[in-house]
Amino acid sequence: MDKNNSNENQEQEEQVVNPWEVSAKGKIDYEKLIEKFGCQRLDTSIIDRVARLTGRPPHVFLRRGVFFAHRDFHEILDAYERGEKFYLYTGRGPSSEALHLGHLVPFMFTKYLQDAFKVPLVIQLTDDEKCMWKNLTVEESQRLARENAKDIIACGFDISKTFIFSDFEYVGGSFYKNMVKIAKCVTYNKVVGIFGFTGEDHIGKVSFPPVQAAPSFPSSFPHLFTGKDNLRCLIPCAIDQDPYFRMTRDVAPRLGYHKPALIESLFFPALQGETGKMSASDPNSAIYVTDSGKDIKNKINKYAFSGGQDSVENHRKYGANLEVDIPVKYLGFFLEDDAELEHIRTEYGAGRMLTGEVKKRLTEILTEMVERHRRARAAVTDEMVDAFMAVRPLPNMFN
Amino acid sequence: MGYAKEQLLARLQELQIDFAQYEHPVVLTVEAQAKYVGHMKGALSKNLFLKDKKHRFYIVSALADTKVDLKVLSQRLGLGKGGLRMAPEEALGEILQVPLGCVTPFALVNDSARHVCLLLDQGFKSQECCFFHPLSNDMSVAINSRDLDKFLNSIGKTPAYVDLEANPPVGKDQPPDLAGLVPSDAVVLPDPSEKIASSQGLEKNHISVNNKPTATAAKAVKPSNASQKEKSDSAVNLSSSFGDPEKLVEEILEKTTSIVLSEVKEENMEKYREQLGTMVSNSIRKQLSLELKSILSMFKNTSYTEGFYAGTHRQPKRM
Repeated sequence: MDKNNSNENQEQEEQVVNPWEVSAKGKIDYEKLIEKFGCQRLDTSIIDRVARLTGRPPHVFLRRGVFFAHRDFHEILDAYERGEKFYLYTGRGPSSEALHLGHLVPFMFTKYLQDAFKVPLVIQLTDDEKCMWKNLTVEESQRLARENAKDIIACGFDISKTFIFSDFEYVGGSFYKNMVKIAKCVTYNKVVGIFGFTGEDHIGKVSFPPVQAAPSFPSSFPHLFTGKDNLRCLIPCAIDQDPYFRMTRDVAPRLGYHKPALIESLFFPALQGETGKMSASDPNSAIYVTDSGKDIKNKINKYAFSGGQDSVENHRKYGANLEVDIPVKYLGFFLEDDAELEHIRTEYGAGRMLTGEVKKRLTEILTEMVERHRRARAAVTDEMVDAFMAVRPLPNMFN
Repeated sequence: MGYAKEQLLARLQELQIDFAQYEHPVVLTVEAQAKYVGHMKGALSKNLFLKDKKHRFYIVSALADTKVDLKVLSQRLGLGKGGLRMAPEEALGEILQVPLGCVTPFALVNDSARHVCLLLDQGFKSQECCFFHPLSNDMSVAINSRDLDKFLNSIGKTPAYVDLEANPPVGKDQPPDLAGLVPSDAVVLPDPSEKIASSQGLEKNHISVNNKPTATAAKAVKPSNASQKEKSDSAVNLSSSFGDPEKLVEEILEKTTSIVLSEVKEENMEKYREQLGTMVSNSIRKQLSLELKSILSMFKNTSYTEGFYAGTHRQPKRM
């Protein structure tokens, strides 16, 4: 089932993918990644099954292969068909105030899963992790966690089915008991092998993985799932988080829990091209949720890497290179209408449509999205954040 | 204290000025405003609040389609090439005493704006009437340029109409053609006590459902990238509508009816005939599904939060 992962950081890799670094010479090879990590491709039969079980069209990210890999998603669906529910678990490392579209992708998808399957969701804000890795003060990381919570809430999660927590506030009690149980099952050598820790890394880093693993087990949330030790967990995340959950899946049977299932996404390409993730520290590599319509238009026009030819004649002759064209890729993420996307790809690829037109359409769509997000964000008050983060029962979480 | 919309409208009526008024949900951009009044008679305006290096302020009010080049304007005003910038957010409240996204020539009615220079697009003169915000983003007023002049004269301002797209050369032998419009008096910023009173006024005008001005004011003052532009969010204005079913229903009906109105037109009636109803319904679904889901989610979350707050602050039963 899970591949042997003891040597992955020692090999000379052309691409590096782990929770703290994503880079490659050229494009990321997702096929190789799936093979190396040992997860499964999400094929059309699963996608159709999701549509059937939920009674609604599959999310655009499924149709376009943005969420493209999984572990045990079959089992979640089998159980669901038998009437057994599950809960969702996703999270964010609050390292910056500026959220970009790449950050929103997993949350947008998670919201769809919550609505489609009618299941509860826990969202972990790893303020402790960022405090350790980014060397932020405790107060600053907690502040960022709350700020990020607002953007997350703005994605439209149902407060009657969602529990948001920050590690600094929530860790303790049953959650901590699970952390210790998990930690006991993972040797130092193993965690070095998975995450590449060295003798110079402080012990905070080394002991962090159980914190991200614990939410995979329902007993970590006694106020929500008491008496439901059998409840399965599905984790939507970007594929760079796979190592954490490989470790967790390894540990789960030993603790008598179900292995958490995963559904994984590609990286959202940076504006300048497909060589890695968007970076919150380079403002022109991404579209931020705080960007104005003008900013968005400017960034798309100036920085979005174009697959079009250098002159209009050449473009009409040879067409655009859809493999590297960023605007078309972004449309793949955010243009809902399959027919329209197909049309654009065909016309642009044949050279009949120019880059400017594609960029214009993209700007329209992104501006609308960002506007809607901003408006929703403006409606999130501190009381609402408190309510989402309160340790409270969710009696209607499966309705 | 800044003038309120009602006072302004009363003023206009006193002066026997003809105008039409349209209420709509709060809008922060011309595009959003267009959704509500774009199909009405009248040209939309875009309004920029600018300042120069010597802390003098300007309102440039133009037809939405007019191209305004700040570099050219700056030269024509004799301020050099990069002399004009978007004024900071705080100035909006301090000097014009209007909320974000609400720059309007009418703001000159406030004493704090007495030194602001107003440049009007000469294109306004050829329009039957033009839309401006009457000190508040939840209304648009359509007024003819002659009537606008009447108003401006009544507050002691001489209207200055300018061909905003012109780009005359400025050099040794050609003095900047708009230099005469630059305010000559030194600008007097309101003194601290005045400042406090006016900022409280601003908050009072926009009390959010949750009555937490501190949280929302903090957000408004934060120096985000978007703060200079009209489009930046106005946390206070928007959050207040999500606890109010009436306002939400109004907004939803506005959006739906505006789609119906824009789709039911001659060419579509010919094209679709009996299928027009189906086509309009599909259009409504397509354009509004996401938006409505978003609005209702926010409504639910807001309601839950209010309940939660009330529950957690409940007083224990007296024995």
